[in-house]
Amino acid sequence: MGKLVKLRIDGREVEVPEGTTILAAAAAAGIEIPHLCHHPELSPAGICRLCLVEVDGRLLTACYHRAAEGMEVHTDTDRLRRLRRLNLELILSDHPLDCLVCERNGTCELQRYAYEFGLEGNRFRGPDYDRQELPAREDNPFIRYEPEKCILCGRCVRACEEVQGRGVLDFASRGFSTRISTGLDRALTEVNCELCGQCLAVCPTGALTERARRFRGREWELRRVDTVCPFCGCGCRITLHIKDDRIVRVSGGYRGFRLCVKGRFGLSFVHREDRLRTPLVREGSGFREASWEEALDLVAERLLTIKGRYGPDAIAGLSSAKCTNEENYLFQKLMRAAIGTNNVDHCARLCHAPTVAGLVAAFGSGAMTNSIDEIVDADCILVTGSNTTEAHPVIAQEILRAVRRGATLIVVDPRLIELAEHARFHLRQRPGTDVAWINGFCHVILKEGLWDRDFVRERCENFEEFAEVVERYTPENVEGITGIPADALVEAARAFGKAERGMIFYSMGLTQHTTGTDNVLAIANLAMLTGNVGRRSTGVNPLRGQNNVQGACDLAALPNVLPGYQKLADPEVRGKFERAWGVKVPERPGLTVVEMFQAALEGKVRAMVIMGENPMVSDPDISHVAEALERLEFLVVIDIFPNETTRFADVILPAASFAEKDGTFTNTERRVRRVRRAVPPPGVAKPDWEIICELATRLGYPMSYSGPAEIMDEIASLAPIYGGISYGRLESGGLQWPCTDPDHPGTPFLHEGRFVRGKGRFHPVEYRDPAELPDPEYPLTLTTGRVRWHFHSRTMTGRVAGLQELVPEAYVEVNPRDAARLGIGDGDRVRVSSRRGSITVTAVVTARVPEGTVFIPFHFGEAAANALTNPTLDPRSKIPEFKVCAVRIEPVGK
Amino acid sequence: MREGRILLARRVNRQEIVRKFPRREDQLLPLLHALQRANPQNYLTPDDLRAAAEHLRLPLAAVYDAVTFYSMFSLFPRGRHIIRVCRSPTCHLLGAIPLIEALERELGIRIGETTPDGFFTLEAVSCLGLCDRAPALMIDGESFGPLAPKDVRELLTQYREVKR
Repeated sequence: MGKLVKLRIDGREVEVPEGTTILAAAAAAGIEIPHLCHHPELSPAGICRLCLVEVDGRLLTACYHRAAEGMEVHTDTDRLRRLRRLNLELILSDHPLDCLVCERNGTCELQRYAYEFGLEGNRFRGPDYDRQELPAREDNPFIRYEPEKCILCGRCVRACEEVQGRGVLDFASRGFSTRISTGLDRALTEVNCELCGQCLAVCPTGALTERARRFRGREWELRRVDTVCPFCGCGCRITLHIKDDRIVRVSGGYRGFRLCVKGRFGLSFVHREDRLRTPLVREGSGFREASWEEALDLVAERLLTIKGRYGPDAIAGLSSAKCTNEENYLFQKLMRAAIGTNNVDHCARLCHAPTVAGLVAAFGSGAMTNSIDEIVDADCILVTGSNTTEAHPVIAQEILRAVRRGATLIVVDPRLIELAEHARFHLRQRPGTDVAWINGFCHVILKEGLWDRDFVRERCENFEEFAEVVERYTPENVEGITGIPADALVEAARAFGKAERGMIFYSMGLTQHTTGTDNVLAIANLAMLTGNVGRRSTGVNPLRGQNNVQGACDLAALPNVLPGYQKLADPEVRGKFERAWGVKVPERPGLTVVEMFQAALEGKVRAMVIMGENPMVSDPDISHVAEALERLEFLVVIDIFPNETTRFADVILPAASFAEKDGTFTNTERRVRRVRRAVPPPGVAKPDWEIICELATRLGYPMSYSGPAEIMDEIASLAPIYGGISYGRLESGGLQWPCTDPDHPGTPFLHEGRFVRGKGRFHPVEYRDPAELPDPEYPLTLTTGRVRWHFHSRTMTGRVAGLQELVPEAYVEVNPRDAARLGIGDGDRVRVSSRRGSITVTAVVTARVPEGTVFIPFHFGEAAANALTNPTLDPRSKIPEFKVCAVRIEPVGK
Repeated sequence: MREGRILLARRVNRQEIVRKFPRREDQLLPLLHALQRANPQNYLTPDDLRAAAEHLRLPLAAVYDAVTFYSMFSLFPRGRHIIRVCRSPTCHLLGAIPLIEALERELGIRIGETTPDGFFTLEAVSCLGLCDRAPALMIDGESFGPLAPKDVRELLTQYREVKR
């Protein structure tokens, strides 16, 4: 914090940091100055003139002018009241007074000031103005725009430019005809708009509103429930606004208003008619409804029979990164204590298992080291294998904010992802060659003396072995392997090496390889070499995909650890859990996701319990998964919707969605936040934790909790990193683990002063080819990923009409040169085949993918990218190689 | 076929114009003027706006903002020559209204319209800065004044002959 300045506002003495605006200084002193165009999260504009104040008789806009030493400010003189009133009358003069049917009635900022200033009529009624002739527009699925209600404050324009980095909106025309336009008045769906709704969140009037809320309830009729968004690992805090037990709208988000299209507009799935409402039991080729009693008795009876006949390890369970911490804890307890097997895993195996393996080996902890709110202060940001804009929208906003403040952005990604357009360096490596370029970075940084000698000497070990290996990764050698031009690699490496605060972000582009763990180790080497660990705005930051994938890992929905990453192999740890759980904890590590299906095929696993996962879309080589599920003697699926996987079930149990239960989620920055019940579940559906308790009890292991708070207390007593977390403390906000005791404030960044494992360990890693390389038969490389409008297997977003309308089906991105060679045109139907299967999709011809590489989003069950992908595993973390496989493409006839 | 060729020619021409301008935000207005001048119908097409936005790396919304703010840009086809008649206070006092009436009569169009042969568009502007020659008008870059209603016919006839 810089210097402080002292000033007087309305006779009150105020001291604020230099650079604070008069408006903010007044707010700090408890004095509210009226304003309409200003928004605390956007740059000042000085448009509405309501915030005029008097300083030495001069009129200044308080939003724009900064507080200065000795300033004498008056905010409430007769002259100011007169001027403000006049300005307000002028703003109101071409605003329709239809508050009776306006969605913002009661929350409209213009209405509020009109009331406070007692404006009863309009002295300035003129001819009908052009703007009032403009009809309301609903030319996109989510946002309604009523030009006549717009007061031209420009908040939406600034939000789009400054928060989202898009600049889709701007003023158009002038005088009375001025309006906000996308340019040529195109629909939002025709421009580079994400429909994030940041514009709508900052609009002071009813000009921009949610289409879906129209006539569904005025603000004072709505009940508000604070909870956490159920989509990605950003884990934004949201507020649900509810009437008649239905979600009318969503507010909140990062810094109070920033959300993405899914969080803001994608929650209507909660109320879908096709939710599972009652337990279902297989009957012939279909299902019939059953009571909870009957269904749970059947599940218990079958599981006990199978356990009795084949032993507990014949049963395997998939827990869920969508469920709460408490539910994941209970699920693994169900498997370990009630059934007696470590065969429990979840989809983290398919995303960040290498992160956990690699970062634990290098640092001692597998989680994102730093926090989201530190991004803005980084001076160099390296993003690789993360299409952040699509997969973690709010984090991408923060990265863009840092770039606007001068940070250097380096993107290493084969595809021309959106962040690459804002990057100083975009290096396009051949898919699967990451170890080579990361070693290349280290090589350059070592060679040019840009490494942090003190940090390496004092805090790390095994440096020499590492240095010896990277010695061979000269820029020229790296170019040969990766295709990244040597000089570009050198320059980007230099930029990262010179950074004072360098942050690294990565995601599945780095992990979903047979070399996934090596990739992570290499990244950890780079961060240690440059001393970018253990300080604010630095670190190795794996972005976790699911809302609670961090929590599911923390609570040990994993086959080889106990809650809080405590070693299963450690007898002392097992002893602690055995005392708490009153049963023997099995010692042998269990099976991972892909191994479970293999074991099912081999007849070693006979029954599965799947909670909130859809392996029939999300796992590699789906036909293999289908065969495995067919082969099971018994499958019980707990979910909120019927999906591709429930088709194989013997019993389906209906669960409550995130909006229908209490609990906690842990987001990608290790922040534990409260999820709160907002509406009742449909039919007789129940929260997963209740289902688990009842099932465990029927299996002869009674489980009974008064509620999730009590489960969290049990977690805190067993897992030291959650030791200080309790519902009481979470009432006032989230807590970042490690939080070891009730007074511990939580940990924004890890490894300060000391790595969790003691010294940071360099691991020399050598480049290895991906498991499957293109050949004459399958000449192209397929890589998979996400689009921002859908989430994962689309169980939720596929049921949100607007999102479905935006991206209705799968497609394959093909480089124009490949397309020309193969005779494929944009929009053609093509067959994409690998050694494992083939799917038919629409071709999108685009230079976003480099020549020789094609891309398919993996969300779509009907044309599943994972029918093609390679289930070959990384030997250490057992993650399959989703990101590289060899395919061929051919046009299909009409 | 012929129309296709014209469209193609326009596209090539547009790229040639755009390329002459440095990729700087402050080049927006000169670039838009150049594109508008190159169009025989004196207006900017959506493709012109897109080309300018792409070249200067500006959002289309920002380009559209500028185009709709300044009255000398048009998004609709106009005549080959633009008559801008001044109605500032000085011109008004010295007879702008009769002059405008004479122009409308002679051209057979109202302010804002284009003659059927596409030769002239008649526009009114706030001030041309030609108060010493009021009432005044400009045709494209050339100024005329003071003008009486009776001068209009000769002026227009002469202009048509010179420019044809």
